[in-house]
Amino acid sequence: MGFILAQALTGLSNAAALFLVASGLSIIFGVTRIVNFAHGSFYMLGAYIAYTTMSMLPGIIGFWASVAITGVAVGLIGVVVELVVLRQVYKAPELFQLVATFGVILVVQDLALLTWGPEDLIGSRAPGLESVVYIMGEAIPEYDLAIIALTPVVLFAIWYLFNRTRWGILVRAATEDREMVGALGVNQSWLFTGVFFLGSLLAGVGGAIQLPKGGADLLMDFSILSAVFVVVVIGGMGSIPGAFIAALIISELNVFGVQLLHQSTLVLMFVVMALVLIVRPWGLLGKPEKPGQHGQVGELARPIAIMPTRGKWLFAAMLVLLALLPVLDDSFLLVLMADIIIFSLFATSLHFLMGPGGMVSFGHAAYFGGGAYAAALSVKYMGAPMEIAIMIAPLIAGCLAIIIGWFCVRLSGVYLAMLTLAFAQVLWSIVFQWGEVTGGDDGILGIWPSEWASDGVVFYYLVLVVGSAGILLIRHVLHSPFGYGVRAGRDSFVRSEAIGINVKLMQWMAFAFAGALAGLAGGLYVFAKGSIFPDEMEIARSFDALIMVLLGGVKTLSGPFVGASTFTLLQDWLSRFEYWRLVLGSMIILLVILFPQGLVGFARDKFGRLINVRGEDHA
Amino acid sequence: MLKSFTKLAVAASLTASLGLAAAPGYADTIKIGDINSYKRLPAHTIPYKNGALLAIEEINKAGGINGNKLELVSRDDQGKPGEAIKIAEELFSRDGVAMISGSLFSHVGLALASYAGQKKRVYLAAEPLADALVWAKGNKYTFRLRPSTWMQASMLAEQAAKNPAKRWATIAPNYAYGKDAVHAFKTVLKSMRPDVEFVTEQWPGLFKIDAGAEVQAIQASKPEAIYNVTFGGDLAKFVREGKLRGLFKGKLTVGLLTGEPEYLDPLKGEAPVGWLVTGYPWYSIKTAAHDKFRNAYQARWNDYPRIGSLVGYNTMLTIAATLKKTKSLKADDLVAAMEGLSVSSPSGDFSLRAIDHQSTMGAYVGTTALKDGKGIMVDWKYLDGAKYLPSDAEVRKMRPAN
Repeated sequence: MGFILAQALTGLSNAAALFLVASGLSIIFGVTRIVNFAHGSFYMLGAYIAYTTMSMLPGIIGFWASVAITGVAVGLIGVVVELVVLRQVYKAPELFQLVATFGVILVVQDLALLTWGPEDLIGSRAPGLESVVYIMGEAIPEYDLAIIALTPVVLFAIWYLFNRTRWGILVRAATEDREMVGALGVNQSWLFTGVFFLGSLLAGVGGAIQLPKGGADLLMDFSILSAVFVVVVIGGMGSIPGAFIAALIISELNVFGVQLLHQSTLVLMFVVMALVLIVRPWGLLGKPEKPGQHGQVGELARPIAIMPTRGKWLFAAMLVLLALLPVLDDSFLLVLMADIIIFSLFATSLHFLMGPGGMVSFGHAAYFGGGAYAAALSVKYMGAPMEIAIMIAPLIAGCLAIIIGWFCVRLSGVYLAMLTLAFAQVLWSIVFQWGEVTGGDDGILGIWPSEWASDGVVFYYLVLVVGSAGILLIRHVLHSPFGYGVRAGRDSFVRSEAIGINVKLMQWMAFAFAGALAGLAGGLYVFAKGSIFPDEMEIARSFDALIMVLLGGVKTLSGPFVGASTFTLLQDWLSRFEYWRLVLGSMIILLVILFPQGLVGFARDKFGRLINVRGEDHA
Repeated sequence: MLKSFTKLAVAASLTASLGLAAAPGYADTIKIGDINSYKRLPAHTIPYKNGALLAIEEINKAGGINGNKLELVSRDDQGKPGEAIKIAEELFSRDGVAMISGSLFSHVGLALASYAGQKKRVYLAAEPLADALVWAKGNKYTFRLRPSTWMQASMLAEQAAKNPAKRWATIAPNYAYGKDAVHAFKTVLKSMRPDVEFVTEQWPGLFKIDAGAEVQAIQASKPEAIYNVTFGGDLAKFVREGKLRGLFKGKLTVGLLTGEPEYLDPLKGEAPVGWLVTGYPWYSIKTAAHDKFRNAYQARWNDYPRIGSLVGYNTMLTIAATLKKTKSLKADDLVAAMEGLSVSSPSGDFSLRAIDHQSTMGAYVGTTALKDGKGIMVDWKYLDGAKYLPSDAEVRKMRPAN
């Protein structure tokens, strides 16, 4: 009995930091509709800044003052990010802000390394609360009890702010209808800035109060990110009480999971998230999105047309150039280009889902990695030759997408995206955990091309042929009746149903198709690298694809290729410098501000007339 | 490469004989590729790089390798295996490196080993600990320097067997390294002490430990001794919660790698006391070779050496010894030179075993203590790695034939 109580209290105290960070994210999303990937970075900054202030301000007052100072400091950093970066791109297409927040993550990582050094910092214990009290014979740290008491206070304060103050009421009004609030004379950009301040402040305080239980290190931004997203989604995006309940559920589950299911620690919260979303698609306390309420921001995607002759010549010329590349006799260039082609295929498959399909996937790496693992496993266990393995990859990945898609197409918008993330994480943890079959994180090694393709040049041609065939297939399908059906479903669900299109079926098939092509990319990838590890299924890989698509321009067809090339080349080139993340992050932010339609979108808007008179999207 | 190398060598000897050689007077430059996760875990990899660079500078100051200058081309792999493979290709084909070395993460090391085996290019793994690297997944072109998980875990198990404790609990991060480390420790301890039982195994996610809950769960199983494999931020949280809740009182606690400055130093005054650990007591090693290394390192970097520094330094010493042994830079000749190669290093002499390409570099095993608000290792001894490696017959069973 005492043991259960002690574990429950531990769970409650863990919930505190999680709730603070998650509520910040939830508030920011609820009002600005920005999915702020950089929220983990604010949490990390909170921990570092609090470490510094606590070492300067001793004593009980110093400790709690440090927490407050940290909150304000991180809040102000959030304001700077909002003013300098995000305000420039509110008008950009849906989710484009994601790319900007990704740039912020990179910049903050290097700045934190520069400021606080590489070594982990261990937080000092909270003065006056260093000891334990005994409850039913179990030792409970005093600090745990203090933050358990603190959490409801914060919850109440946020509730009060949003329900009893003029500012909060305006914010809620802006959440409901931005235009109307603006029309009534409220300066909504400052409202947004204020919301960003509050959200970042909460993340900073979350980072500060966990110091006595842990510390500050350079990996904490990503390690909290998935948990925070899970909490926000389970609770319902934008719902503070929901975030509170979800933080409690997740923390308690983790605590008891440790005791009952030792190996479950990685996957438990994602399983819960998937279950909640399947049963309650908008989270526990979230509200269903009204149709059309948060659809595409900015101009609608233009209709797409068959590529004009000039475009086809351009494309053919590029293929010829790529085919002539081996003349240069630079084996590294071939390896780099093979990477770019593979990632282009991967990004194009995601684009099919995001652009024409109108369904954003945060977990596209599931199919990329799924295909790669399918190929690797078929080599390892069935002795399949490379040719067969590369064909198996899209089949298995397509099957995975059929299963995942069946659940996902019931949802829309960010919830759909989060459910894909949950499935990707579940799949990742299966691969990671099931070491006897998948090799766990030691991966599967020695998956090299067949004898005839083992030469670098031959393998490059293989990638070029298969990769460009895949990309052309996706383009071709876009112009097939199926492609038209998918786009019709995106643009108007009701009308499509009315003319007899089964939209959900179309979306489901779009999932399967995009998944299969991503799997093909994964199949090529595993033979290019000779080994496969669970990393290729991780969130970071899904983000890569998102960045590539958005950077190129989600409302363009050649965007994924341009985005994949730009991102891969930038990363390859910049990683030679010591503080490359700082430079890469800044460049991404700059690109986002300069080209809010994506690189190709920008080029089309500026120079589109040159190749295309009707203003339709051939690009 | 070899041709131009001989040509240059001839040219150099000609200029030298004419008395025209410029001050440093290197005939040629031999490049070594260095791939490591410089951004993902800088606290480990930067000391590694500093150690490696120090060795390179000293080697060049002493005239280089057979009159040739040694140069390290360092690249960041972002902690991603796929990236590391790409960089390896670039280092070999564009930079013309003779061989590659480095890496810290096991999976990156394994990916590079697979690449080395396939492309027939030499890779000296510096820090990855995975046993598979030289055994189950070993190949002709891959060597490893640091004592592996199995070696360090068996050193600890051997010491732990002397303790009367019978009920053991383990806690390890839930990934390959953690599993290997627990498996090795259990196997060796059981073989020496059939009477011990393992009452609980805890597997927190790497860098996602829920320390309070883990401590409670271990306490609930009432162990007499604990085997800890957590490290970094996880270790800090585990130690803090464990101390607060009285977990370690009256129990023997064994910590794999816990005594390494990379892990022990961030804990400062909260470093655990009385744990049996492997680590690196750089402050109290009193051999002439180590004194020289420590003084040179502190003078060069204005910092004290970590275990990564020592491994980085020894890696470059190993490469230098290889290149002195063979004039050829062909992969097969390098492999032939490396098999059985013996190296004198600050941590003592070691050799690269021909049978599995594992070095016999050992580890320091001791007890943790607090001194001036800092964790240190006391009563330590250096255990030679050669004694903790499986027999040739066992290696042959595990390692695929070349």
